[in-house]
Amino acid sequence: MRNGEIVTAGVLALFSLYLMWKSAELPVGYMAGQGPGGGFWPFWLSAVMLLACGMIALNWWRGTSPPSQSDEPLLDAYGWRTLALVGGGIVVFVGLINVVSMYGAIAVFLLYYMRFLGRHSWTLTVSVALIVPLAFFFFFEGAMRITMPSGMSFTDPVFDVLYDIIY
Amino acid sequence: MEILALLGDGMLLALQPLNLALILIGVTVGLFIGAMPGLGSVNGVAILLPITFLVPPGSAIIFLAAIYYGAMYGGAISSVTLGIPGASTAVATTFDGRPLALQGKASLALVTAALASFVGGTVANVFFTLFAPALASVALSFGPPEIFALMLLAFATFVGLGGDDIPKTVVSICLGLVLASVGFDEISGEPRLILFEMQGFLQGIGFLVLAIGVYGIGEMLWTIEQSRGEVTTTTPRMTARGMLDDTKEAVRRGWKGTWIGSLLGFFVGVLPAAGATPGSLMSYGVAKMVSRTPEEFGKGTPDGVAAPEAANNSASTGAMLPMLTLGIPGSPTTAILLGGMVIWGLVPGPRLFVDETEFVWGLIGSFYISNVAALVINLAFIPLFVWMLRMPFTILAPMIFVLSIAGGYAATRDMHDVWLMVIFGLGAFFLRKFDYPLAPAVLAIVLGPIAEPTLRQSLLLSSGDPSIFFTRPIAGPITVIALILIFLPAFKLLRRRRAARRPAA
Repeated sequence: MRNGEIVTAGVLALFSLYLMWKSAELPVGYMAGQGPGGGFWPFWLSAVMLLACGMIALNWWRGTSPPSQSDEPLLDAYGWRTLALVGGGIVVFVGLINVVSMYGAIAVFLLYYMRFLGRHSWTLTVSVALIVPLAFFFFFEGAMRITMPSGMSFTDPVFDVLYDIIY
Repeated sequence: MEILALLGDGMLLALQPLNLALILIGVTVGLFIGAMPGLGSVNGVAILLPITFLVPPGSAIIFLAAIYYGAMYGGAISSVTLGIPGASTAVATTFDGRPLALQGKASLALVTAALASFVGGTVANVFFTLFAPALASVALSFGPPEIFALMLLAFATFVGLGGDDIPKTVVSICLGLVLASVGFDEISGEPRLILFEMQGFLQGIGFLVLAIGVYGIGEMLWTIEQSRGEVTTTTPRMTARGMLDDTKEAVRRGWKGTWIGSLLGFFVGVLPAAGATPGSLMSYGVAKMVSRTPEEFGKGTPDGVAAPEAANNSASTGAMLPMLTLGIPGSPTTAILLGGMVIWGLVPGPRLFVDETEFVWGLIGSFYISNVAALVINLAFIPLFVWMLRMPFTILAPMIFVLSIAGGYAATRDMHDVWLMVIFGLGAFFLRKFDYPLAPAVLAIVLGPIAEPTLRQSLLLSSGDPSIFFTRPIAGPITVIALILIFLPAFKLLRRRRAARRPAA
């Protein structure tokens, strides 16, 4: 935790520097007759954020904040594994949306999560992985008229059938 | 009298078939969300907000408010039967609710919680109905300096009263405010903060992207990583006869805690940083302090269940007061409701009471209806909720992720925002690990678009002289209180140091 604390503060400090630099593309001071410039608000807020990161670093150095006193690892092996399997699963899920459509990606994600992380039976897994995306389809496309990404062209036949039902 | 007429109209509006149905569904969903460990009202409201675009704004907010209400009742269910709080607002409920359950009195604890919640909700609703119109009419005369001073006060309460690490709270606030300013500078019309030159940032960062990222993805990851242990459920035996006896005992041994929680909860709930969690903890503490038998607290006394449960319901209504009258949310959940109102095309603030009378009074009327609905549904279906709590997290969690991603896309219809949501979620997970509070960031991204223009307009009015925030009769005192709150932690630190040095000298 101790190393993580200073690394996090460092990353946030760098990000605030970047935000200050980006804000400075617009005037950051007071312009006569126009009030504060467009960069004024984000620039000074980022500056305050940088200052706060400095204080976090100071507290880390003096060891006054709980994470800076802790010798425990940020995540143990189980924690990293969980993060990789669940967080990674979400990233793959979002990546798949433009390939196999929003609904296809939902089905794949549910299948993966329930079967491989949850160890549920195939019957339960497959029924949930089919019912949920179908329910979502009728809710979003049918009731709310929101078109979700339909992925690459190979999904068209399925969507043709589904759209025939709602239109 | 006029208030009663308006309230009557509002209740009739809330009783219309669509609204009543939404109240019943909302309360039930809220009870479930509140009961599920790791999910609280804020998660429920953030994740479900996109699906409310289906109904008119007046009904949508009634639905979300019903979820908020139900979640406050539901938190007690898992606090008592599992011994783990269903939501942070029900942490204090475990102190005495769990011991009662282990003594075989789970049913008494649940009945006490439900009754106390009902009284807390009712007291808060009456206060709300009395205070809100008056506060709104005062707030109508507010100009940019007053509104900015109120924003400052909202953030100052996080620094002064939030109880989290102060530099980390400041980082969270600033980050939210800066993210809110991405997109275009509304006054000059120039593009601003187009991060990494990505075109997706031209349309800004919606508050829902951050809210769903934090509450739908980040907090869920955190809960999955934390909750690796086994939990044992205490199943309460609920019979009509037994519940009647429990009601008598709850009234006899829990009335004191109920009143303390109802009154204290409301006023703590009104403060922006505080909300229901500290409100319920404080009420527990006060109930213990004034009790004639403080030694019973922690071992299972109905007063110890009643105080926090009355307080969290009272506080959730209290948090709506500044949201509706001043446009400043009193809690993270109301911050999301406020953001929703902006999406629905309503301008939050005192003008709502003038321009959108029907919307405001329909919502207030729905508070009363939701309160009754939550009490009845809660008591009638406790066994069902307890059964649902056994649903493995490996079914619930992927459903929440799926709903977050699909709902997030539906709200903005842009894959850029979905990716951003995932990045915010992963970032929120790590920040949460290092004790960064995230609620201030969500509040900030909602308030940013109001705070910045009011600051700039005020400074333009005064030709750049910041004394405008101190010299106006209403803005002045608010700014001073805000500054005191901001510097409060520094004063405390200095005093502690001086006290530490004295014995050495």
